[in-house]
Amino acid sequence: MLATARAIVYRDLLVAVRRRSDVAVALLFFVIVTSLFPLGIGAEPNLLRAIAPGVIWVSALLSSLLSLRRLFEADHDDGTLEQMLLGASPLGVVAAAKALAHWMVTGMPLAVIAPLIALQYDLAPQLFGVLALSLLLGTPVLSLIGAIGAALTLGLRGGGVLLSLLVLPLYVPVLIIGAGARRRASSCCSPRCWWWRRRSRLGQSPRH
Amino acid sequence: MKWFWYASPQTFYPLAGTIARASGIVAALLAAAGLYIGFFVAPTDAQQGEAYRIIFIHVPAAWMSMFIYVVMACWAALGLALNTRLSGMMASALAPTGALFTFIALWTGSLWGKPTWGTYWVWDARLTSELILLFLYLGFMALQAAIDDPRRADRAGALLAIVGVVNIPIIHYSVVWWNTLHQGASVSVTRAPTMAATMLTGMLLMALAFWAYSIAVSMVRVRCIIRERGGASSS
Amino acid sequence: MSDFFAMGGYAWYVWGSYGVTFTLLAIEVVMLARRSRHDETKA
Repeated sequence: MLATARAIVYRDLLVAVRRRSDVAVALLFFVIVTSLFPLGIGAEPNLLRAIAPGVIWVSALLSSLLSLRRLFEADHDDGTLEQMLLGASPLGVVAAAKALAHWMVTGMPLAVIAPLIALQYDLAPQLFGVLALSLLLGTPVLSLIGAIGAALTLGLRGGGVLLSLLVLPLYVPVLIIGAGARRRASSCCSPRCWWWRRRSRLGQSPRH
Repeated sequence: MKWFWYASPQTFYPLAGTIARASGIVAALLAAAGLYIGFFVAPTDAQQGEAYRIIFIHVPAAWMSMFIYVVMACWAALGLALNTRLSGMMASALAPTGALFTFIALWTGSLWGKPTWGTYWVWDARLTSELILLFLYLGFMALQAAIDDPRRADRAGALLAIVGVVNIPIIHYSVVWWNTLHQGASVSVTRAPTMAATMLTGMLLMALAFWAYSIAVSMVRVRCIIRERGGASSS
Repeated sequence: MSDFFAMGGYAWYVWGSYGVTFTLLAIEVVMLARRSRHDETKA
């Protein structure tokens, strides 16, 4: 079972490396969107500092959405998915492995880049760690929940937008906890309590 | 057993018609009673004046919006577990009514908010959760509309409904938590602080009326669905 | 009687709520009735 998971993750990463543009596009989208907010709202430093965690989180959410279609679509198109369905390994493992690969390719880079964006928003440097950590914990949940939406809308017309509509309400708690954690950390004592909360959220993402 | 006999759409079809008619009548009677009490028996509220009378629709609608979603998810789970066609049809039949009540709850809540809190919309925990519930309903309906094959549509919708129902408490508590973070907005939803017995009665009657209405409407809708999928003999 | 319609000055809110609610419910019923009739003429 672990061997299957490892094989699937490796394969998906290989595909992602070969189609580097897909990954780059999602990251670029993230960066561009975060640049749009100051343009739309105004560059007042206090305002930017206040909205930084929310903006970064929402942008991360949206760029994660963008890349979700790819999760199952390519395999569905060339028949690999059917082979996986016919195969011996439990589907949960397959789905989880694909979600993991998806996260490594989209979510993880986001968490790494986020501090750079936070610089643009003049966020206090000591909060960078909390921001990155919240994204690091939150983006896998986005991948997992997104996998549900991607599976349900596989092959449907209007799939991309429909996928967003289905998945965004489910993303709300992740957004609230992730972005809220930042605010908590900046105002009060230790991030430890929300960190615990994040982990429990991660634990219960159902997989199909 | 009798229950499983009715699990076939064909045999359920006439029963649904009977239930629809009976529930419709019950709904009308309950609504008449509830509205009468709400408008002519319940006293004027000391703080909110006559505006509080919106409560007789707002609260029952909110209750129904949540109740219907749970029932929908139950039918969905039943359909997935037992592989019965009718369960999926019931879930699909309930969704539009649930969405409608969610919208009504939001609309009436907004109109109640203006005279009491001074603003049409406030990002308080309950209204925000209700808004997300509306999105969940609409997502369910959109997903089913996008899938041509009815069986696949039922299964996909069922999965989504179950995921949604599991997430509803999570969404609710996270929104409550979020709301306490932003207590700058300092509006707490104040209903009539001491609920006079007549007010409570009116509200409960309206809630039951909405419940009977939902049953009637979803029975009619499931009959339409049965017919459209070719499962009904002449009846 | 006019007191009843005025609702203590909150007429817009109260009747706006009740009006929209019952209108929407009526629309739902009407749409269902049309769907029923349409199905029957098709079958």
